[in-house]
Amino acid sequence: MASGNEVLTSGGYIKHHLTNLTFGQKADGSWGIAHGAEEAAQMGFWSIHLDSMAWSIGLALIMFFVFRKVAKGFSVDKPGKLQLFIESIFEFADTSAKDGFQFANVYIAPLALTIFCWVFLMNLMDLIPVDWIPEAFVAAGVPYMKIVPSTDINVALGLALAIFIMILYYSFKEKSPWGFFLELTTHPFSAKEFGIKSSGAQMAMNAILYPLNFVLEVVSLLAKPVSLGLRLFGNMYAGELIFILIALMFSGGWLMLSEGGYLSGTLLALGGGMLQIVWAIFHILVITLQAYIFMMLTIVYLNQAHEHGDH
Amino acid sequence: MNINATLLGQTIAFLIFVWFCKQYVWPMMMGPIMERQAKIADGLAAAEKGLKDQEMAADNAEQAIKQAKAEAAEIVAHAKARDTQMIEEAKAKASEEAGRVMAGAQAEIDQEINRAKDSLRTQVSELAVAGASKILGKEVDAKAHKAALKELIEQI
Repeated sequence: MASGNEVLTSGGYIKHHLTNLTFGQKADGSWGIAHGAEEAAQMGFWSIHLDSMAWSIGLALIMFFVFRKVAKGFSVDKPGKLQLFIESIFEFADTSAKDGFQFANVYIAPLALTIFCWVFLMNLMDLIPVDWIPEAFVAAGVPYMKIVPSTDINVALGLALAIFIMILYYSFKEKSPWGFFLELTTHPFSAKEFGIKSSGAQMAMNAILYPLNFVLEVVSLLAKPVSLGLRLFGNMYAGELIFILIALMFSGGWLMLSEGGYLSGTLLALGGGMLQIVWAIFHILVITLQAYIFMMLTIVYLNQAHEHGDH
Repeated sequence: MNINATLLGQTIAFLIFVWFCKQYVWPMMMGPIMERQAKIADGLAAAEKGLKDQEMAADNAEQAIKQAKAEAAEIVAHAKARDTQMIEEAKAKASEEAGRVMAGAQAEIDQEINRAKDSLRTQVSELAVAGASKILGKEVDAKAHKAALKELIEQI
């Protein structure tokens, strides 16, 4: 009975931690918060994850609040510790944008800064022990609360979609729609590169190659935002899942202790505690790295969107 | 794990944040940072200029010292030359004076000699007259033998 119960509770626990607070239209036509993942799924596209939106926007607002506060109290001669810290972040973003982006665009450096800091802050929520905030909200009557926005695929893909829009915007703007279309069709294969000299044969060859190029290039173009979003989501989601499993292991140890399995219970609880520390330390690296990768790839993609001609 | 409107909400929020950051946050921070960088660059340039100035001042000072030394040496040499000249002048003056004194003394001596000679001559003539009168036993008229006496005196 105990084991069956445990599987059920473990499953339920994981499911609870991975369910967003979803607001949408219920099956009966009324609008409200979904109770359970199934109901949330039934709400379809026109529903919204209140927790993801609130936490992500809240973090961004905190971030901008701190930035503006530091900027207003900026001291050229006697910078404080916070100011130096914020300054180093700004200069880091500025340097990254200057190194990776060869064109003149005033948006790139602020974009890099926003991405790096925002993604980092969203990822940072992963280091808060998995039970604290959700349990507090459950106690307050809110059924679900997922506090790490970047473990929500909508958030990760939403960021990637914004990047994709920028890529398209700058591609159209910098290369003109026709130039962009040409870039998509004439690369990577062209009859010239196969050493075909006569123009007739070239045209015949290109008639086959250009559609092929177009398909390849469109796929690679679409792959950019998809990989960008899924990389962040995958890393964070997996990290979160492991935190949840570690938490389960820890509480499983306590359960065993309470049922008289002293040795195994102690080992499990201690092991869970140790793992939590190790994984959290490792995760500090992961969340920073993911924020950095997201920022750098954005810069690189936008640089490509500005590039003209052959490459 | 459902794709829903959160995606669009996130995209819109993100685009707004990027715009907001570019418009209000980035310039507010980077402006002063650039200002400070300019200030630091200016400060470094000023420090470098100060070092150069100092070097130049040191050079100038060295040159001034060199010149002063040369001048001093010249003055000393000049003084030495003047010294010797003065000594020489004094010596010349002294020897000239000595010569004059000597000449005066010589002239006096000569005069004395002549005077002695003169008195000797008269005495000789008197003696000669006295001697002759003694020998002849009678008065010799000096006037009568004036010519002979004069010849005699002149022979002495």
